[in-house]
Amino acid sequence: MLRIMGKKLGAPGFTALPAGLALRSYSSSAKQMTIREAINSALDEEMAADQSVFLMGEEVGEYQGAYKVSKGLLQKYGPERVVDTPITECGFTGIGVGAAFYGLRPVVEFMTFNFAMQAMDQIINSAAKTNYMSSGNISVPIVFRGPNGAAAGVGAQHSQCYAAWYGSCPGLKVLIPYSSEDARGLLKAAIRDPDPVVFLENELLYGEAFPVSAEVLDSGFCIPIGKAKIEREGKHVTITAFSKMVGFSLQAAEILAKDGIDAEVINLRSIRPLDRATINASVRKTNRLLTVEEGFPQHGVGAEICASIVEDSFGYLDAPVERITGADVPLPYAANLERMALPQVEDIVRAAKRACYRSLPIAATA
Amino acid sequence: MAFSATTKIIQPMYINSARSPDKSDSCNKILSPSSFLGSNNKLFSISKTISPLSRRSATVVAVSSDVVKKKKVESNPASNLLITKEEGLELYEDMILGRAFEDMCAQMYYRGKMFGFVHLYNGQEAVSTGFIKLLGNRDCVVSTYRDHVHALSKGVPARAVMSELFGKATGCCRGQGGSMHMFSKEHNVLGGFAFIGEGIPVATGAAFTSKYRREALKEDCDDVTLAFFGDGTCNNGQFFECLNMAALWKLPIVFVVENNLWAIGMSHLRATSDPQIWKKGPAFGMPGVHVDGMDVLKVREVAKEAITRARRGEGPTLVECETYRFRGHSLADPDELRDPAEKAHYATRDPITALKKYLMENSLASEAELTAIEKKIEEVVEEAVEFADKSPVPARSQLLENVFADPRGFGIGPDGKYRCEDPKFTEGTAQV
Repeated sequence: MLRIMGKKLGAPGFTALPAGLALRSYSSSAKQMTIREAINSALDEEMAADQSVFLMGEEVGEYQGAYKVSKGLLQKYGPERVVDTPITECGFTGIGVGAAFYGLRPVVEFMTFNFAMQAMDQIINSAAKTNYMSSGNISVPIVFRGPNGAAAGVGAQHSQCYAAWYGSCPGLKVLIPYSSEDARGLLKAAIRDPDPVVFLENELLYGEAFPVSAEVLDSGFCIPIGKAKIEREGKHVTITAFSKMVGFSLQAAEILAKDGIDAEVINLRSIRPLDRATINASVRKTNRLLTVEEGFPQHGVGAEICASIVEDSFGYLDAPVERITGADVPLPYAANLERMALPQVEDIVRAAKRACYRSLPIAATA
Repeated sequence: MAFSATTKIIQPMYINSARSPDKSDSCNKILSPSSFLGSNNKLFSISKTISPLSRRSATVVAVSSDVVKKKKVESNPASNLLITKEEGLELYEDMILGRAFEDMCAQMYYRGKMFGFVHLYNGQEAVSTGFIKLLGNRDCVVSTYRDHVHALSKGVPARAVMSELFGKATGCCRGQGGSMHMFSKEHNVLGGFAFIGEGIPVATGAAFTSKYRREALKEDCDDVTLAFFGDGTCNNGQFFECLNMAALWKLPIVFVVENNLWAIGMSHLRATSDPQIWKKGPAFGMPGVHVDGMDVLKVREVAKEAITRARRGEGPTLVECETYRFRGHSLADPDELRDPAEKAHYATRDPITALKKYLMENSLASEAELTAIEKKIEEVVEEAVEFADKSPVPARSQLLENVFADPRGFGIGPDGKYRCEDPKFTEGTAQV
C-alpha cells in the first residue's frame, strides 16, 4: 500500500502518487500534473489573459521562484511584470496593495507565509479592511500566495500554519488547495476575484502529481470560492481536512475501510468563507465528525468547525467532535519530535475509531 | 545623551523670488547652545554643529536652483512674483477652507456630533495647499490620520467629509471609515491610514502602477503620487523600505514629510538620531529637500520641481516641510508637553496670515476680495454642517455590505445557493 512519505519528500521534482490511486486503474488519457506545474500554468494563463496581472516577490524572477513555482515567467513576460523585490515584506506587500487600490491586479508571493507576518499590517489593515472602510469605493483585487505550514525539518520559525489567523479576518478570502485541480482552479478564481485572497500552498505538495482531466487544463477553468469538495463519500464518520492533511485523511480512510468504518473525507478548499453547508449536511448524514489540521489547536480551524456543527447540527451528533491538530508547541527540529508534533495517518485512524466508539475514549493528550 | 539644538528666528515671508527656497531657509538657521523651544529638557549642542552653508549639499542645490531660476524667467516675465492673482486667490481659498473646516470640527467634536479619534491640521495648511493644488485629478494622494485637509484640497466636497465625520450615510465612505479613513475613488484619495507608515507603501504602490501602466501596458500615463506623513513616521521601517524601492525603480512619487516636530508628546529631537530628515533621501539615492512649511509659496515652488521631476520619470524626491500644528495631536490630547513659547512663536508664522500679507502687499488682491473669500468659505462650512446634521445615519443593512467587492465572498447559504442571492440577506437580520 503506497504511502505518501509526507515531509521527507520535500525535494523539488519528486513526484509520488497519492494514496489510493495505486489501487485504481485509470484511462491513459488522464494527464498527471504536479502542484508546481498547476500553479505555474495558472499564473501563466492569467497573466496572458489580463495585462494588469503581475507577480511580485522575492526570487520570483531570475531565480525562477524560490521553489521554482514561477519558472519561465520572467522570460515570457519580462521584468516589468515579474518583479524581483528586495527583502522588504512590509514594503512590497504595501506596494502591491497600493497598486491594487489604483487599478492593477497584483499577485504577491511570500517565500513562506511565516515571512508574511512582517507584512501583517498591510494584509489586514490595508488590504482586507479597505473595501469596507471606503464603503465600496476602493476594492483590492490582490492575491497573496506562498507556502504555508510545516515542511521538512525547517524549525519552528518556518513551519507555522496560518489558516486560522487569516480565516478569522473579515474582508479576506482564504483558499487552501490540495490537489492540482484545486491549485489551478482556485488560483485562477483568486486572481479573477475582485477581493483580497490569501492563497495558502504547501511546500511539500509542490512536487506531488495528481491526475487532471481535460476540463481542468482548459484555460477558463475556475473553482467557485466557498465550496468544499467531498473527496470520498462515506456514511460512518465525516473527516474534514485541508492541504496535506487531505492526503493523510484519504489514506486513513483506506485503513478504516478495512475495519468496516466508511469515512467521508471533505477537502475544505476554502477556509474563508467556510462551506458550513457541506460540512453540516455531511455530519447530518454520518453523525460523527473529525476535524484534521496541521496548525496549533487553540482557536484553530477545527474549533470553528466544531462550533458551527454545535450551532447548526447539535441534535445530529452521536459522539463528541474530535479535533486532530498539531501539538501545542512551536515545531521542534529533531525529526522524531517533529513527527510527533504533526498529525500522522495513525492519529486520524485512532481518532476516527474513538468517534465510532470502537475504542476506549481517552483523556486529552498532547 | 546629546541633542543638536536649533533656534528658529522669526522671519517674515520673503517676497523677492530671486532667492531659491533652500537658500532663504538655511540662512535662517542659526545654532545656539541655549535650550531649544519645545522640550523641557535643557539641551546641549554637540560637536557636529551644522553651519548654514553645509546644509546646502550638492544634491539639494542641484535640484532647486536650476529649475527655479528657469521657472522665474519663463512664468512671469512681467513681474517678479511667484504667483498670479488667480493662483493666489485659489491658494488662499484652499487654506481658509482647511482652517475653517478644522475649527468647525473642533466645535462639533465638543458638542458630541463627532467622536472617536479626530486629528486636526491647523497650522499645516501651507503644505497641503502648496502641494495638492499642483496635482491633476488623476494624480493620487495618500495620507495619514490627519487627512481631512488633504481630502479637501484634492477636491472631495466639504459636505462629504463632514458627513463622514458625523458618521452619516452621505459621507464619502458612507460613514464606514471615519475621520482617519478618508477614501475617494473619484478624486484619487487613497486613504486615510491609522497606522503611521502604513500609507507610504500604499503610495509607493500607486506610483508603481503609474510606471507599470507606462512600461508594461504601454499607456500614456504620467500620474504622480504624493505620500504625506510626519516626523515620527520617518523612524519607521516601512519608510526606509519604500525610499529604497522608490529610488531603485525610479517611481513617480514625492515623499512629503510634514515635520511638525512632535509625535503626540514625543519631540522629534528626542526620538531621532539625526533629526534632519531630508538627509535620508540622498542616502537612498534621491534628492532630499528641506523647505519652510509655513510658507505656501516656498512649498509650492519646491513641489513644482519635485512633481515635475516625477512626471518626467526621473524618480522620487524626499521633501521635508518644517511646519507646526497649532492644536494638539488629536482632540483628546491635552497638549501639555509643548512649550507655550514655541506655540506662540509659530503662531506668528501662521501661513494664512503670511499669504494674506503677501497678496495685499503685492497688490494681487484687495482686503475686500479676501474677506469675501473668507465669508464664502464660512458659508460652505456651515452648509456642510447642516447637510451632515440632516443626513440619515447608515441603515442597518449597511453593516454587512461592502466587506467584499464580490458579495459571494459571504459564501454559500444554508440552502446551497450564494448568500448574496438571498433577498433576506441584507435586511439586517441575517445570521452570518
